[in-house]
Amino acid sequence: MKLHEYQAKQIFAQNGIKIPKGKLAKSVEEVETIVKEFGKAVLKSQVLVGGRGKAGGIKLVNSVDEAVEKAKELFGKEIKGHLVEKIYVEEQLDIDREMYVGFTLDRANKGIAAIVSSVGGMNIEEIAAKHPDKIARKTINPKWGLWDYQVRELLYESNMPKEYFKEVFGIIKKLYNVMIKYEAELTEINPLIVTKDGEVIAADARLNVDDNALYRHKDLAELKDYTEVDQLERIAEQKGLNYVKLDGNIGVIANGAGMSMATMDLIYLENGKPANFLDIGGGASAELVKEAMSIILQDKNVKVIFINIFGGITRCDQVAEGLIKALSEMEVGIPIVLRLAGTNEEEGRNMIKEFLKQTKEEIALVETMEEGAKKAVELGCKNGDNN
Amino acid sequence: MAIIIDENTKAVVQGITGYQGSFHTERMLSYGTKIVAGVTPGKAGMEVHGVPVFNTVRDAVEETNANASVIFVPAAFAADAVFEAVDAGIKTVVCITEGIPVHDELKMYWKVKDNDVTLIGPNCPGIISPNKSHLGIMPPQIFMEGNVGIVSRSGTLTYQIAYNLTKLGIGQSTVLGIGGDRIIGSDFIDILEKFEKDKETDLVVLIGEIGGTDEEKAAEFIKDMSKPVVGYIAGITAPPGKRMGHAGAIIEGRMGTAESKIKALNEVGVEVGKTPMEVAEIVKRVLKA
Repeated sequence: MKLHEYQAKQIFAQNGIKIPKGKLAKSVEEVETIVKEFGKAVLKSQVLVGGRGKAGGIKLVNSVDEAVEKAKELFGKEIKGHLVEKIYVEEQLDIDREMYVGFTLDRANKGIAAIVSSVGGMNIEEIAAKHPDKIARKTINPKWGLWDYQVRELLYESNMPKEYFKEVFGIIKKLYNVMIKYEAELTEINPLIVTKDGEVIAADARLNVDDNALYRHKDLAELKDYTEVDQLERIAEQKGLNYVKLDGNIGVIANGAGMSMATMDLIYLENGKPANFLDIGGGASAELVKEAMSIILQDKNVKVIFINIFGGITRCDQVAEGLIKALSEMEVGIPIVLRLAGTNEEEGRNMIKEFLKQTKEEIALVETMEEGAKKAVELGCKNGDNN
Repeated sequence: MAIIIDENTKAVVQGITGYQGSFHTERMLSYGTKIVAGVTPGKAGMEVHGVPVFNTVRDAVEETNANASVIFVPAAFAADAVFEAVDAGIKTVVCITEGIPVHDELKMYWKVKDNDVTLIGPNCPGIISPNKSHLGIMPPQIFMEGNVGIVSRSGTLTYQIAYNLTKLGIGQSTVLGIGGDRIIGSDFIDILEKFEKDKETDLVVLIGEIGGTDEEKAAEFIKDMSKPVVGYIAGITAPPGKRMGHAGAIIEGRMGTAESKIKALNEVGVEVGKTPMEVAEIVKRVLKA
């Protein structure tokens, strides 16, 4: 789960990291009131996507009139597909220098990666490419935690100017505590700025926390912003289905994450385009299969559905039952390609064959997933717009 | 021989009185797996499908000399279960549980590493050495004893490929799912090392997917292996930044794409099948050669 900048900053502040003065606005009027108080200000769109500055989501304003004008522009604007509904208004700072401090899960080394740079303001890949001498990286073993010598090494190796050592040292330690305390997957201050008065302040804040750990962090769980999640993906999540919307026209239902991806890939190999990823998981009930169908049918691009089941714990007869239930209760109106293999495959296939005698819906039973993909693409082309 | 588990494996089931634990205990027993004990705190003295239940893993090991454990407890208690198994002297731990917090998984990783314990999973379907032992939730009837090892980050896809092999008359030495999470107990290299040493394994099938760099690292190791490896990588159509079911199946920035993994494997001479069927056909051809 990604937190908004204003949420992450609150958490940073609670943990002793200095942040600029700022207030959240949900309307142009609120922006106006806040800018009257602050004088000069920065309007920052609260969207959960990187590079919002370059995409025009951050505006410097020097008067109340200008603030109102820019706020009108920002509210309702789409930034990389994300709608601006909240603006975080901050005081303007006199920036003398930009730096970077971040922690992220280090999959390869089974630890936490600490990254410090004496330059900042651009993304970390850019810093690494342009200023390799000003960036330092270390893996912290979570068993032992972050030690002072490691922080010193990060400061020396990133060529951090001596005058900021003490301040940045403290911030690195505090940000590591945030990483651990909130069970984050990533937390980052970019840029960490030095003002003309020599103050070191977190000008931006990123905090992505682990969904699996939210049960231990009830206060964070409440911050989840569902407006940022695709509506169908949100419904699927509530039903216990893993669904990711794509832009093709062949709906996919499979059991298992790898199997679902493999099914999408097969469609692509046959020159078709999958409309989604949908994993009904292991041991899916008839009810869940029905839910999966109803989610896919809400995507109007879908011209054909390919259901690919390899029954291990999942029983093919249960899948058939769910499908028949779905088809009896709703009008599908597009062809279905069905492949049932594994546990109770015969029973499942027979149930479908019986059902086909009494329905107008089109179900093509296939033997293998390779054959199914081919058939689905064929039907998708016939039924759709040939993309 | 097989790897990790065989007919001498004596397992304890942690969380045996739960629905999943009880259901799969029965299936493992009927396959012939030696399940010698179950553990659920507070339920000592009970029996589940004839298996005695203990309060602690320590008690279970003292009574039964169990040397392996399979964990079915809910995500919030899974790390605790792994630590308990390790401290009770268990040497092979299979953790089926999905949804464990990643900071817990980091601790689990270092706990087993420091104690020389093999952890399979979490978020995995388990491990089977056909006709010898099965610790997990796989459909055992689709496997056949033989000389091909399978190591995979996916469950169902593993069944599909094993099923294709069995249909071609090609059996398996050991088949295991290492799990779909970002931090797992055993990675590809840990398992490839074991297959390389195993006398019953002549060829290894590696089934990877998008996310992380485990396949790329495995390719480095495969370069020096004497046994042939055949690959499959899922997720060529997966969009960046989206988690595809598994916590670990996500392309982050430019890292973890299927293309990068296929390229790395091809460069060390590993043939990567485009479809699960093609994987089985490649295996057949390579075994004959």
